[in-house]
Amino acid sequence: MFRRLRADDLTTTIYFDGRPLRCRPGDSIAAALLAAGVERFRTTPVSGTDRMPHCMIGNCFDCLVEIDGRADQQACLVPVREGSQVRSQLGTGKFDAV
Amino acid sequence: MTDTPRTDCELAIVGGGPAGLAAAALAAELGVETILFDEQPTPGGQIYRNIEANSRKLDALSDILGADYAKGLALVERFRSSGAAYEPLSSIWQVTAAGKLGVSQKGRAYLTRAGRIILATGAVERPFPVPGWTLPGVMGAGAAQTLMKASGVVPDRPTVIAGSGPLTYLVAFQLMKARAPLTGVIDTSRKGLLETGLTALPVLPGFAGDLLKGLSWMAALRRARIPVFSGRNVAAEGGSRVEAVTFEGRGKRRRLPASLLLLHEGVVPNNQITASLRCRHVWDAAQMAWRPWTDEWGVTSAELVAVAGDGAGISGARAAVHGGRLAALDAACRIGRISRAERDERARPERQHLQRDARFRAFLDNTYRPNEAVRRLANETIACRCEEVTAGDLRALVAEGFTDINQLKSFSRCGMGQCQGRMCGATVARILALSLETDMESVGYYRLRLPVKPLPVAQLAELGNAERDLRPSPLGADGDPSQRV
Ligand SMILES: Cc1cc2nc3c(=O)[nH]c(=O)nc-3n(C[C@H](O)[C@H](O)[C@H](O)COP(=O)(O)OP(=O)(O)OC[C@H]3O[C@@H](n4cnc5c(N)ncnc54)[C@H](O)[C@@H]3O)c2cc1C
Ligand code: FES
Repeated sequence: MFRRLRADDLTTTIYFDGRPLRCRPGDSIAAALLAAGVERFRTTPVSGTDRMPHCMIGNCFDCLVEIDGRADQQACLVPVREGSQVRSQLGTGKFDAV
Repeated sequence: MTDTPRTDCELAIVGGGPAGLAAAALAAELGVETILFDEQPTPGGQIYRNIEANSRKLDALSDILGADYAKGLALVERFRSSGAAYEPLSSIWQVTAAGKLGVSQKGRAYLTRAGRIILATGAVERPFPVPGWTLPGVMGAGAAQTLMKASGVVPDRPTVIAGSGPLTYLVAFQLMKARAPLTGVIDTSRKGLLETGLTALPVLPGFAGDLLKGLSWMAALRRARIPVFSGRNVAAEGGSRVEAVTFEGRGKRRRLPASLLLLHEGVVPNNQITASLRCRHVWDAAQMAWRPWTDEWGVTSAELVAVAGDGAGISGARAAVHGGRLAALDAACRIGRISRAERDERARPERQHLQRDARFRAFLDNTYRPNEAVRRLANETIACRCEEVTAGDLRALVAEGFTDINQLKSFSRCGMGQCQGRMCGATVARILALSLETDMESVGYYRLRLPVKPLPVAQLAELGNAERDLRPSPLGADGDPSQRV
C-alpha cells in the first residue's frame, strides 16, 4: 500500500512475526511496518477483524502490537530499535493497563 | 534526556509543537527553569514533524512538503538554544491541579512536580465515522501526511481523499507531488473554497496569500487531471481490506476503486488532560468542538494550568506561537521573573498577531464546518472503534431510555476501550443530541478518568503507593453541563 521515497538509508533491522524488515533509524515501528507492506497490525478483541494504523499520532490505538514481549504498545509512537521483535497482537493483548 | 528523572521544575510544558516550542523558548530565555515533555522523538509537533532531519537533506521530500513546512526550523532552533530542558518520547498520563505530572518514558513511569504547567497538546483529526472506516486501508489524511513527513513513506496504491478543510487539499497536493496514485478527491464541504474565498477577499485583505495558496492547490490538482468531486455520504467498501470508495454526487451513488481512503474533517483540540482535570470547558459551536475555558493568558479553571495552541481551540500554527508566548509571559510573571508591566508590554505585539489571525480563522471555520446536513451516520457505521459499537446500537439504547452520556457509556461500552473515548466521544454525543433533539452543550461529554494514557500496571506499581494520586481534584459543580466535561 506504501512505498518509500528513498531507500538508501535503511540501516536498521527489526523483526515482525519473525520476518526481518529493513528500516530507517528514526522510523516509528508503524511506519516501518507499513512501508514493508504489513496491513494487519492486530485483530480486534470483539470481532477478530484486522486493523491497521488509522491516526499515526497516538490517538486511535489501532496500531497496538507486542514489542519485545510487551503487549499493547502504540506502534506509531515507538521508534524502531536494532533487533526489536515485533508481533501482531491477536485479540485482547493481555490489556493490563489501569 | 536525563537518566535520573528530575522530580521538580518551575514550569512544565506538555507538547513540542509550535505552541510548546515558542512557550518553552521564551520562558527559558526569561530565566524560568523549564522542562518540555513530548511524546514524539523529535521537536516540531504535528505540523513540523521531523523538521530537523528533513531540513538537513534537500531531496524530493523537501520539495513535496514546501516552504511553509520549512519555516518550522527557526522555532526549533530557538528552542534548542534557549536552555529549556527537553524530554522527548515522554507521554504525560496524568496532570493534577496541584501541579503533579505523571510521565511515562521508555517503559518506566515517574512523577514530576511543577510550579506551573502549560499544556500545548495540539489538535487531533476530527474522527470521521463512515461505513467501513475500520477496514485496513482507511486512515486520516493527516495520518498519511505524518507518514510522509516522519519517514518519507507515501501511498503506492490507488488512493482517494475525502472530506473538507484546508488540510484535505494540502495533503492531496503533497501526495500528488509525491507521485502517489491519487485517483480522486471527494470534497464534502458545503460550499467550495472558490465561492467563499472570492466573496471573502474584500473583507480579508491581509489574507489574499493564504487564500490564493488554497486555490493554487486546487488548480494544481485540476492540471494533473485528478478528479475533484463534490460528494456526501462517503463509505469504504471491501471484505477484509478497502476495495472501493462510494459516495453520493450529483444525485447518484458513485464508486471509485481504491486501496486507500484518506478521511479528513478538520482538526479538534486534544483536550484529554484538561477534561480529566475536570477543567471548565465551553462548546465552540463554530468549530463544533469542546475547548477548555481560559482567561486572556490561557490559564484554565485549574489555576496552575494554562493551555496554548490548538489545544485551547483550533487557531493554526501561526497563532499557536503567539498563544504559547502569552502563556510563557504570564508564567514568568507569576514565577517572579518579570513584572506585570513587562508582561503586559511584551504581550501587546503577540495579541495584535492573534487578533489578525482570528479573522482568517473565522472564515475557515465558516467555510469548512462539517456539513451537518450530510453527516448522516448510517446505522451500520461503527461509532466506537475499540468496542465495535454501531450508531444503530447506540440509537437503540437511547430509545430504551439511556439518555445520559455517562450512562450510555457504561451500557454500550463506548469510551471504555483503549482509546478512552478519543475516537467515539463526539459521535456518541452527537447521536444523543440528535435523538433527544437537544444540543451538544446539554449532552456534555464523558467523565474521563486518569491516567489519560493507558499505563501498564507494572509501571504504575513501580511508583509506590505513597506517591500515586490518580484522582483529579474536582473543580466546578457537576450539574453545569459546561463543567461536566
Ligand atoms: C496529523 C496532523 C497533521 C497536521 N498537518 C498540518 C499541516 O501540514 N499544516 C498546517 O498548517 N496544520 C497542520 N495540522 C494542524 C496543526 O496541528 C496545528 O495547527 C499546529 O501544529 C498546532 O500546533 P500546537 O503547538 O498547538 O500543537 P501540535 O503541533 O499538535 O503539537 C502537540 C504536541 O503535543 C504532543 N502531545 C500531545 N499529548 C501529549 C501527552 N499526553 N504527552 C506528551 N506529549 C503529548 C504531541 O505528540 C505533539 O507533538 C495538522 C494536524 C494534525 C493532527
Ligand atoms: S495509529 Fe492511531 S494510535 Fe497509533
